[in-house]
Amino acid sequence: MEPETQARAGSGAAISVRALQVAYSGTRVLHGLDLDFAPGSFTALLGSSGCGKTTLLRSLSGFVPVESGSIVVGGKDVAGLPPEKRGMAMVFQSYALWPHMTVLQNIGYGLKLRGKSRAEIAAKVGEMLNFLGLSGYENRKVTALSGGQRQRVALGRALAIDPGILLLDEPLSNLDAKIRLTMRHEIRAIQQRLGLTAVHVTHDREEAMTMADRLVIMQAGRIAQVGTPEEVYDRPASAFVANFMGAENVLPLQVERAEGKAAVTAGGARATLEAEAAAALPTGEALAYFRDDVASLDALDAPAGSGDLIVPGTIAARAYPGGIYRYKVEAAGRQITVDDVGRHELGTKVGLRIPLQRLHIFPASEAGIAA
Amino acid sequence: MTSYAMTRVASGIRMLLAAFALAAFAFFLIGPLLNLVLWSVAERWYTPYKLPVTFGTRYWEQVFRPTGDAMASLATSVWIAVLTVIVALALSIPAGYALARLKLPVRSLFMILFLLPQAFPSVAIYINVARVFYQIGINGTVFAVVLVHAAHGLVYSVWIAAAAFAAVDKDLELAARNIGASPLKTFTSVTLPLAAPGIVASGIFVFLESLDEFTGTFFVGVPQVTTLPLLLYNAAQGGNYQVASITALILLVPSVLFMLFIERFLRADVLAKVGS
Repeated sequence: MEPETQARAGSGAAISVRALQVAYSGTRVLHGLDLDFAPGSFTALLGSSGCGKTTLLRSLSGFVPVESGSIVVGGKDVAGLPPEKRGMAMVFQSYALWPHMTVLQNIGYGLKLRGKSRAEIAAKVGEMLNFLGLSGYENRKVTALSGGQRQRVALGRALAIDPGILLLDEPLSNLDAKIRLTMRHEIRAIQQRLGLTAVHVTHDREEAMTMADRLVIMQAGRIAQVGTPEEVYDRPASAFVANFMGAENVLPLQVERAEGKAAVTAGGARATLEAEAAAALPTGEALAYFRDDVASLDALDAPAGSGDLIVPGTIAARAYPGGIYRYKVEAAGRQITVDDVGRHELGTKVGLRIPLQRLHIFPASEAGIAA
Repeated sequence: MTSYAMTRVASGIRMLLAAFALAAFAFFLIGPLLNLVLWSVAERWYTPYKLPVTFGTRYWEQVFRPTGDAMASLATSVWIAVLTVIVALALSIPAGYALARLKLPVRSLFMILFLLPQAFPSVAIYINVARVFYQIGINGTVFAVVLVHAAHGLVYSVWIAAAAFAAVDKDLELAARNIGASPLKTFTSVTLPLAAPGIVASGIFVFLESLDEFTGTFFVGVPQVTTLPLLLYNAAQGGNYQVASITALILLVPSVLFMLFIERFLRADVLAKVGS
């Protein structure tokens, strides 16, 4: 996905952020960020609330003053420039459409500022509305539109000025679920078609993964990991990222090394890993993070096989979300969520089959924060 | 007695009470107005008669005669009110915007500054103002009266303007800046139009306050400047209740129009932000 967009970079501009620090009334929110945005790329800034993702977007757009560091767009540092001189267009979470103007006036505002004639504005707005599937809506009041339509008008207003950079501040969070899914694809398609550099702030993991070619996971004003959706999902760089990306089961492990092999023990179960796989493991106390679909239920005395742990446990709770059963299993002093097709009674002693290859393992000392 | 009959009696009593309350309300609201109207068309009215002895429009004609005092002072009043609105808005638009967007400590200081004139007895203030105006030689001019009215009106207009600006979502301004508008352009094309109903309301309020103002005008305007309230005062002092009533009725008209405007145009969320 990424090389393709890189190759057909259209009007998109490159952004390069260096040692960016931002503070609100004395409290530092961003602690020296370095980040590059390739022309035509779609980057999602992802993190829980208060991690600084919105602040980063707002300092890119110039709404938040920068304490130190630089934001270079097209070879020029814009960190000290007012918002109107940055050539970035933003779509707001609240849409921020002007209620005293019609659809035409909203979308045409930026064109009017640029001294375009009325005929040019009307033509461009018509084209934009056509593009957004809102033909003929020119003279509607924006207050008379539905949420999805407002969203499109807001997008049209941003795109009408042919920006090199499109900033998206949780633009989908006020829409209902069905329209949100359609808008994801529409925004992505438009970004691809125009070759824009897009920066999208969201707290919705799935939204970020489906829309972006690159994720930036933020944590407490710092960058926790940058990578493609696959990289971040399959190879999280830290316990925080693993947990944030949905690996919410935590299993304490002991790793011992001997002759290039590693012996892993957890809650009375033991498995050995050969040289290559073992090299990646930390030594000593560790925590393993994994998703609900990784572990499976098995008999207590099932053969471990190679690279699997069979951890003894007891079924503590059961739910039926549809298709499969979801169990909470008490094992190794933790509650672990496991999906399984079979129906088992509460209190049943089971063996939790956990394939070591699919665990994200971090030293306990580092992982402590997210455990 | 059946329970049916009892409910009927109860509901009858309730109806009676409601009617009585309504009548009392109407009396207190409309009674004084009716009295004014009656006096304005009474050519002769003396005790022991409950109603005027002779009805007629002689005093109305007298008031509305082009050469009459009333028309001249009405013109003076309106002229002063218009100038006062201009001065007050010229100050309260920037001040209100600053108040709406400033951080808290400075904000309350500002607020106190504008509210301070209301904290003291107005007569004491106006005597001092009159003294100062006399010294600098502007006593008895329309300019002096406008200054006094504007100082009085600012208390309200700044407050209302601040509320109107605070009700404008900051994102709406940022959206304009974001696609290329300068701060000034943003203000004139987004912020001001959105705050306009509140600003207009504050202007009308200042206009009415100015039209009604008596004390300040009395101290800095008399005898050269005669406004409608001063004329009313003189007429009432001279025992001419007819002219006084007609003047009072004229003064009522703009107030009623203002009520209608507020009811029609001012959004509840702006009103809710007044004083917050």
